[in-house]
Amino acid sequence: MALRSLQVTITALGICIVIGIPAGAALALIRFPGKRLLTALIYTGMGFPPVVIGLMVYLLLSRSGPLGSLGWLFTLRAMILAQIILATPLIVGITMSSVLGVDPGLQPQLRALGATRWQIVRALLLEARFGIIVGVVAGFGSVISEVGAVMLVGGNIEGRTRVMTTAIVLETRQGSFDFALALGIILLALSFITNLTMVLGQGKLSSS
Amino acid sequence: MSDIVYSIENLEQIYGSRTVLRVPSLQIAQGEVLALVGPSGAGKSTLLRLLALLETPTRGQVTLHLDGRAVTSATATIEDRRQIAMVFQRPVLLSRSVRANVAYGLRLRGKRNQHDRVEAALERVALTHIADTHPRTLSGGEMQRVAVARSLILEPRVLLLDEPTANLDPYNVGLIESLVREQNQQFGATSVLVTHNVFQARRLASRVALILDGDIIEIAPTETFFNAPRDPRTAAFVSGEFVY
Ligand SMILES: Nc1ncnc2c1ncn2[C@@H]1O[C@H](COP(=O)(O)OP(=O)(O)OP(=O)(O)O)[C@@H](O)[C@H]1O
Ligand SMILES: [Mg+2]
Repeated sequence: MALRSLQVTITALGICIVIGIPAGAALALIRFPGKRLLTALIYTGMGFPPVVIGLMVYLLLSRSGPLGSLGWLFTLRAMILAQIILATPLIVGITMSSVLGVDPGLQPQLRALGATRWQIVRALLLEARFGIIVGVVAGFGSVISEVGAVMLVGGNIEGRTRVMTTAIVLETRQGSFDFALALGIILLALSFITNLTMVLGQGKLSSS
Repeated sequence: MSDIVYSIENLEQIYGSRTVLRVPSLQIAQGEVLALVGPSGAGKSTLLRLLALLETPTRGQVTLHLDGRAVTSATATIEDRRQIAMVFQRPVLLSRSVRANVAYGLRLRGKRNQHDRVEAALERVALTHIADTHPRTLSGGEMQRVAVARSLILEPRVLLLDEPTANLDPYNVGLIESLVREQNQQFGATSVLVTHNVFQARRLASRVALILDGDIIEIAPTETFFNAPRDPRTAAFVSGEFVY
């Protein structure tokens, strides 16, 4: 179950990063019509009630819903999808603001040193790296701690879609506080170890 | 005069509704060191950015001549751009070590293992002792020297310098000036240098231009500019009593 939690978290977070960091960079660096609207939508997404996202994914994937034919409801895929919708705006928004926070004077100077467009994007992302790591950490936190949405679309099925958080809810309800607490401690430990790894990685980045 | 590197025609640069620079015609020759002087806000940095092909002029043309090809900001390839290096008035460095900043331009060109070149460049601006430092803690003058080093290491054909010695003590001013001179004499680099220091213009430049309020008031060989200027405003500027 702890493994399943990690599997869902890591898969969802991985996809969030792959979508979120380029999207955040694009939002910071490219001018296009409707950008303000999109930015406002992303900011909204950063604080959206997870259970509402769960409901929307549920409706989307339910048998009569538009994506019902996929048969994803009450599977890990449904849970991962909900997590992605939940955490991507966080990573996009924080990446965007970190890239915007880089000294605007840098860009022309890199160009004057002979950087191509992609080399500039790369350099700006590296400049914004600490902010981006914060975004990833925030995304990780929201994904691993999520209960409501995951419960709704995953169904908390034992051996299949039950993860740490949903198990804690169940065990608490059934009065097995010791077991629930033990699960909670394991979850905390998982989260701590992952974050510690990221912090150590960050230290390495800053000294390079 | 020898080959032409830059030709400017009917150039006007307009920001918002303000024309900040007007250059009806200007040629810059291969291998010359042109100094731009003039009061703050005159348009010197603007002219430099246009020469770097970083901006497209509102009107007219800035053309760079490379091996018989005419290149503008619209047509310049990355290889063309890489013949130009510019040191900005307010350098912004990458948040990596000083050494990595100096090596950055080479890395952009795919030249990775140029350890000796990087060390030599650091040595030449007297920064070897802080090569591993993070730029955050550098003084203004140290930052400027990093900026000069990261451009000079590229051995550009055109070197554009925007007040590269503004924050420096006489010793380091001398250091930078000798580097510019060396770049010019050994590699035949063409330099355009913005300076507030008329003595520096006199020491380094082969030609000097006075820019006032967006117009080139006078451009002349250094000797003439200082000893026999045509325009009374040049004479006033050179003697330090300036009329705006
Ligand atoms: N991107 C811009 N948008 C609007 N106005 C600008 C821009 N860049 C420069 N200007 C204006 O153009 C004028 C010329 O600026 P420029 O930086 O070329 O002056 P300068 O001669 O380099 O002055 P200084 O000696 O103070 O550096 C100034 O009045 C400045 O405010
Ligand atoms: Mg200036």
